Amino acid sequence: MEQRLDRIAQRTTRRIADIGLGLIQAIAFVGQAARLIFDSFYLLIRGPSIGQPVRLRHVVQEIITGGIQSLPVVVLMAATIGVMLSIQGIHSLRIFGAETQVTFGLALSIPREFAPLITGIIVAGRSGSQLASRVGSMRLNGEIDALTVMGISPVRFIVAPALFGLLISLPILVAVATVASLGAGQLYIEATIGIASQAYWADILSVVTMEDLAHCFGKSVLFAFLIALIGIVMGLGVSGGAEVLGRATTSSVVTCIGAIIAADTLVILLL
Amino acid sequence: MAVSPIIVSDLMGGYNGTPVIHGCNMEIAHGEIVVIMGGSGSGKSTFLRHLIGLKEPMQGDVSLFGESLYGVSENERLKLLKGIGVAFQSGALLSSLTVGQNVALPLVEHSDLDRETIDIIVRMKLDFVGLLGKEDLLPSELSGGMLKRVAVARAIALDPRLTFMDEPSAGLDPVVAAALDELIIKLRDSLGMSVVVVTHELESAFKIADRIVVLDRGYIIFSGTVAEIKASSNQRIQNLINRVAEDEEFDPEAHLRRLVGEA
Repeated sequence: MEQRLDRIAQRTTRRIADIGLGLIQAIAFVGQAARLIFDSFYLLIRGPSIGQPVRLRHVVQEIITGGIQSLPVVVLMAATIGVMLSIQGIHSLRIFGAETQVTFGLALSIPREFAPLITGIIVAGRSGSQLASRVGSMRLNGEIDALTVMGISPVRFIVAPALFGLLISLPILVAVATVASLGAGQLYIEATIGIASQAYWADILSVVTMEDLAHCFGKSVLFAFLIALIGIVMGLGVSGGAEVLGRATTSSVVTCIGAIIAADTLVILLL
Repeated sequence: MAVSPIIVSDLMGGYNGTPVIHGCNMEIAHGEIVVIMGGSGSGKSTFLRHLIGLKEPMQGDVSLFGESLYGVSENERLKLLKGIGVAFQSGALLSSLTVGQNVALPLVEHSDLDRETIDIIVRMKLDFVGLLGKEDLLPSELSGGMLKRVAVARAIALDPRLTFMDEPSAGLDPVVAAALDELIIKLRDSLGMSVVVVTHELESAFKIADRIVVLDRGYIIFSGTVAEIKASSNQRIQNLINRVAEDEEFDPEAHLRRLVGEA
């Protein structure tokens, strides 16, 4: 009996210690991310005068790898979501004989919700993992140390371009995804229930407000911060070998997607 | 009198509060090749990380050309580091850049030179290390010896007065290792550079060193010329240079405690 109690006590204290350790790691993670954001903006503004300028060509390179290269898959997925929502909307509204109102459903849900969320998840899977593996392998190969001893701040060379690249490319991708999704919905709706293109877009524009667009833009910026920082912080945390790098890459995707969904839910609840 | 390229004063450093380096003092003269030697676990790599600004010491300081490396802000430290060159053991070349772009990196980032001039300097540096014509190759296409030589070319791109090299000849065949040794001597003789080399390759150390510093369990136990180290009466130094294995004193009780996990 005493031995059993001992074992339970041991297990309980171990769990509490694990929770405490997890909490400390989470706080350290947030602290490091906050520091990277601060340093990136500091170097963007003060960098040129202290010999650490954030180079435009590096940011453009990040826009290309993180944004433009994601464009085909984002457009394809957004268009598919637009068609799926149209199918589902028409099917549900037909019960009430109101299938022509499907355009309002799309106008209310795509810019505010689906376009930022789907784009965020796709970019997290693509760019978040790529960032984690790139930064992680740079760390393992000693490239980050090499930059430091060359007098090049790794924040301005790696972190800031990735962060600003995503902050520019993700809102653009979300805008494109919104248009692609609504456009694909329009094609399906015209083909099935015969709403003309002009009437469709007039309905959409009459419903979508500036607040919806601000919501869409705000979420894309928030997701860009999450994807860039989770990828980079997880990459910087890599030490050991290739196996750890693989784990960090996978973990960064899962964490990014989880963080995007959690942040999205929070935004919906609060705004 | 000119300021020493590097002065290490009372340096103590380590990991997670546990000291690995204990009160080390060292000074290097202009145009001097100093080889830091020591067995595995002697603290060579940690010592080097402190010297090149990658690890804040627990105590003491390192000064480069008369300016404190750790008593300044991060930006000031980065500015100071522009004055040195470091060739890492693995090369640590940026894998996404070509050989030419790697060598050009310090010039692109820290000088106002135009592209054409940078290209000429890159070719000169690659010629110096015997790799002219390899500008467009990626690091993944190079052999171990070539990687190290490109790392040297990058380290000297800005013509620093002080260069650090971590295990330059480790893992290389004798011919390539000898070529690298010649290269280090050439850096001193033709460019007047001070060079700090961390190595455990005896042959290479004896060939290139003006002075040898021996680290043992985090302490500097010897500093002197090749002739002096060979004549040293210190048993640990003799064991190191004559490659004699050391028997640790065997305590059966302590050993037993370690086996059952009590110590």
